[in-house]
Amino acid sequence: MVQQRHFDEELAELKAKLVQMAGLAEDQIDKALTALVTRDAALACRVIERDHKVNALDVEIDEACIELLALHQPAAHDLRLVTTAMKLSTELERISDLAESICERAIELNEEPQLKPYIDIPRMGSLARVMVKESIDAFVKEDAALARKVIVNDDFVDDLMEQLFRELLSFMVENPHTISRAIRLSFIAKSLERMADHATNIAELVVYLVEGKIIRHTSPPVSL
Amino acid sequence: MLDQQSELRSGLSHYPPTSSLLEMERMDSRDSKVSDQRSPQGKPKLRVQGFNFFYGLVQSLFKIDLEIPEHQVTAFIGPSGCGKSTLLRCMNRLNDLIEGARHEGNILLDDVDIFNSKVDITDLRKRVGMVFQKSNPFPKSIHENVAYGPRLQGLKNRAVLEDIVEGSLRGAGLWEEVKDRLHKSALGLSGGQQQRLCIARALAVKPDVLLMDEPCSALDPIATGIIEELLFSLKKELTVVIVTHNMQQAARVSDSTAFMYLGQLVEFGLTKQLFTNPSNKQTEDYITGRFG
Repeated sequence: MVQQRHFDEELAELKAKLVQMAGLAEDQIDKALTALVTRDAALACRVIERDHKVNALDVEIDEACIELLALHQPAAHDLRLVTTAMKLSTELERISDLAESICERAIELNEEPQLKPYIDIPRMGSLARVMVKESIDAFVKEDAALARKVIVNDDFVDDLMEQLFRELLSFMVENPHTISRAIRLSFIAKSLERMADHATNIAELVVYLVEGKIIRHTSPPVSL
Repeated sequence: MLDQQSELRSGLSHYPPTSSLLEMERMDSRDSKVSDQRSPQGKPKLRVQGFNFFYGLVQSLFKIDLEIPEHQVTAFIGPSGCGKSTLLRCMNRLNDLIEGARHEGNILLDDVDIFNSKVDITDLRKRVGMVFQKSNPFPKSIHENVAYGPRLQGLKNRAVLEDIVEGSLRGAGLWEEVKDRLHKSALGLSGGQQQRLCIARALAVKPDVLLMDEPCSALDPIATGIIEELLFSLKKELTVVIVTHNMQQAARVSDSTAFMYLGQLVEFGLTKQLFTNPSNKQTEDYITGRFG
């Protein structure tokens, strides 16, 4: 006979809060990319200002998790959910920080003419954005297969970052006047690549949540 | 110097030489990738094999197979009536006293079947001691309670007896509290002290195994904490099997946990594994409070 638990409601609330935080973080990524591509400094400023909302949710989720651990001493799947939530909110908070950093670079870039048409950066951005979304979907549905798909996608973002870096390097070699813009663009690419890494971390946490297996730091480096 | 070295060597002689120890370590790390890390490790002290138990016509244990590792604490958990106390009480044949009770299968203590007709039941209960839910000191002095068992076994030497009394009371973490009133009545002790006195009384006959049936359920959190701490020191000397309704207690004190339900052993594994990632859905539902 399976009993209803009040604890389940509290866990559902925790999950809802994480989904809310993830929605905010995804929106930060979207807006940061738009601000960069459309050279919209006002939008970039709004993203920077909004980061504190994500930070506040991070603290709120942390507090909720500590409370659940202290008062309910969860075990098994419950325990994995609470500890995963604590780590997951940190990942989301970092993702939002990276969006903030992209906006700061975008504002700086607006002081000079656009170096080149942005093609690879939006591609990287949408890939990273999809990875974040899918990792969160995997968390909500507790879908380890989807989580594993996200982990595989990280390699594409890494490749794009490498390609972009080489391109920017050629700009800098040809014309030193482009250096400050090229460096800022490579910072942005690095931020997007880090976002994809955080999405990968979330996906790895989901595999732990579902299967109880810690898979991070286990796969050998793959050379392509 | 040379003497010391040879003494050291002879003392270590029953350990494998260093190279094979390293080899073992390497094998362990290799195995950890593939082998099942869920099952309790270590030399089994008690082995329950294909064990069925009946109270008259009612079967209360079904085909239990279980190995209790030596020098570890093993916890039995499960809802009331699941058979955990019955199984515990079979381990020193306390259930023999119940009319109409019978069993099938074996329980081996160090490879000897405890149900073998040649086994002396008093000797068995000396080697496999028991502490119950409700403390049950004899209405005698503290000293008498502890000295009773050894004396019954014919120990007369006063000095040896005093040593046993002190050692057992120390082992049960009670000595400092009672050393000045050893000859006062045991019934004047607090509930937690009485329970530790019962542990001391069990220790006095130097058992190999200590069975504990809900030893803390009548105690306050402080007395419970003292008994739980005690388990960590007791397991260095003996093997402990504890039945508890308190899941957090099982999680805190035991190395391995057995989850029983309706007379069956549902899951038996390392406590840390069972409480973070149980392999059975019923275990998960029970330890997370979804039923029971």
